[in-house]
Amino acid sequence: MAITSVKNLKEFSTSNDRFEGAHLLCPGCAHSMIVRELMNCTDDNLVISTNTGCLEVSTAVYPYTSWDTSWIHIGFENAATAAAGAEAMYKARKRKGTLKNPDAPVKFVAFGGDGSTYDIGFQWLSGAVERGHNFTYICLDNENYANTGGQRSSATPIGASTTTAPAGRVSYGEKRNKKDMLAIMAANGASYVAQVAPNKWKNMAQAFQKALSTDGPCYINAMSACTTEWKFDPKDTINISDLATDSLAFPLYEIINGTELNITYRPKNVLPVKDYLAAQGRFKHLFKPENAHVLEEWQKRVDEKWEYLQRREEARV
Amino acid sequence: MAEKIDLQEIEVWDGNYAAAQAMRQAQIDVVAAYPITPSTPIVEGYANFMADGYIDGEFVMVESEHAAMSGCVGAAAAGGRVATATSSQGFALMVEVLYQASGMRLPIVLNVANRALAAPLNVRGDHSDMYLGRDSGWVQIDAFNAQEVYDMNLCAFRVGEHHDIRLPVMVHQDGFVTSHTAQNVRPLSDDDAYKFIGEYKPMDELLDFSRPVTHGAQTEEDWHFEHKARQHKALMDARPVIESVFAEFEKVSGRKYKRVESYMIEDAEVIIVALGSTVESARLAAQQLRDEEGIKAGVVGPRVIRPFPFDAIRDALENCKAIGAMDRSCPGGALGMLFNEVSAAVYTTAKRPLVTNYIYGLGGRDLAIVDIKAIFRELKANADAGKITTQIQQFIGLRGPKLAFFETREGK
Repeated sequence: MAITSVKNLKEFSTSNDRFEGAHLLCPGCAHSMIVRELMNCTDDNLVISTNTGCLEVSTAVYPYTSWDTSWIHIGFENAATAAAGAEAMYKARKRKGTLKNPDAPVKFVAFGGDGSTYDIGFQWLSGAVERGHNFTYICLDNENYANTGGQRSSATPIGASTTTAPAGRVSYGEKRNKKDMLAIMAANGASYVAQVAPNKWKNMAQAFQKALSTDGPCYINAMSACTTEWKFDPKDTINISDLATDSLAFPLYEIINGTELNITYRPKNVLPVKDYLAAQGRFKHLFKPENAHVLEEWQKRVDEKWEYLQRREEARV
Repeated sequence: MAEKIDLQEIEVWDGNYAAAQAMRQAQIDVVAAYPITPSTPIVEGYANFMADGYIDGEFVMVESEHAAMSGCVGAAAAGGRVATATSSQGFALMVEVLYQASGMRLPIVLNVANRALAAPLNVRGDHSDMYLGRDSGWVQIDAFNAQEVYDMNLCAFRVGEHHDIRLPVMVHQDGFVTSHTAQNVRPLSDDDAYKFIGEYKPMDELLDFSRPVTHGAQTEEDWHFEHKARQHKALMDARPVIESVFAEFEKVSGRKYKRVESYMIEDAEVIIVALGSTVESARLAAQQLRDEEGIKAGVVGPRVIRPFPFDAIRDALENCKAIGAMDRSCPGGALGMLFNEVSAAVYTTAKRPLVTNYIYGLGGRDLAIVDIKAIFRELKANADAGKITTQIQQFIGLRGPKLAFFETREGK
């Protein structure tokens, strides 16, 4: 059952699974919510490639697999290229008439964590997008290398304490702000770019469907709250996600053909960012008096980004 | 349908163009490639065939060699014929994915125009990249000239795509000396070449949605060893498959190939074992020495480097007295690969011929016939003395004072 026909979460929870519940992801991990929704939002056949990372090591440990669809993993950095290669093969075989299911609609989807997307796989993603392969790349953005124990990536936000940029006696943790992958992908030539979050599940499904029905490369940055490394109770994943989207720490928007920016979710009551930060252990140290300036900096950057997004939306350029 | 090319009985092709023509005739579904000297003309040649309507498949020019092999892996898993080409630094960048391609049991043909590895940066031919790939789990076939580049490409698809093997295959040729030297090549017609290679028969393909497959799963200490052991077994099982493919190729081409190519070994006292175009130089030197000095010289060239032809090497070498194993790669604080592997093979014979190691030709340094003759004479001296009269490893053709390493018990 495709998600277009799903009216509510109860129905969604009993919908047909191509991603099995039996996997090794942490309880409370948002990855499975995002993956499951992607796979339920289309009835088309899926070829999925996955970079090395939490999702991959938790779903395809021989002799088991959680994937009731065609799935491939090569390495940490090259899921985009694996999808591109499979897509090229599909085109060649379709033309030559050697496909077993020539009329079956097929979608190519690549998953990567933020480490493999923002850092080590950046070049492979950029190349595949530039070449215009017809595929959707979904970054499961939990803002750190969670699979290897919580090291910083270029998606780690300012002030977060990670195992390689820890908060300490003389440090408030991460000094850099996260890289703007959406702007980069839009400039790279992605036909459709969106930021989504699993708590806004219908919004997320719409973005997935737009991406899957768009010709050309699409990039989706999916916030994936990480119970283990963000340090919150596994039952609070959706609550934390609500705080992220409602404080605009994770604004939800899309960019069509590189220019047409639409904000896809406007919170009725915008919460202060400190409410989002205070709910997570990784930002606990920011509430010491000496780190007050980091909280101010956080709020300032969120405000500026929101202002920027609204101006881009108005300007249509 | 792609247009065919009406080839002449004898074409004048260099090794690169011979590879490009063979790739065209194989009707490859996906080529994902990145240019690098000296293999660039292979993908340029292929691009020209594409531009002129001779290719039905997809040609994807990616952003690096790592991506080239990654794209090949994704494409091969999707169930079609795949090939690419590279050299040197590009090969080195590919290495991570070479292991993944073989571990995932995906038939991909990789043309390697062999070139030195930096530093110092060098674009000329040696076998450093070939040696870098020796534990990667690929079948490695060595072509000594442009004709063989063409022939081995046709055979490589047959070997790699065989359902009992399902392994990627490298076809090596010497950078510049083979890749850029125009030679006479007798090709098969497009129809005969494709008939020989045959249609690709997919197995466990991503695009068969009636039977979803998981490619590239994780295994730890519980299953990893079993997978790697089976991979090694598949490589070892490739030996008879290679022989049968060569036998079939002889029927369609009249050209006979073996896993180990031997030249004048029947009565040879001294034998040089070498790879690449050096095999042809050594054959000339051996013939001249027989004519001029009566030295019973022979040459052995492993056609197949992996799976290592231990049995055929032993058979070829067991009756000679002294062997020179020629390694065209900096041995990095050890004896050369060929020396080690040849020594292992002859150690299991009753007579155990003397084996010495010659390091030569690094970074494209020429190895002349006179140099090879000098090596044969040295081997003859060893044979006559019944012992190694030099140090075990010598650098040949080097500027400055002679460099030699590893001493025998007697101190030479």
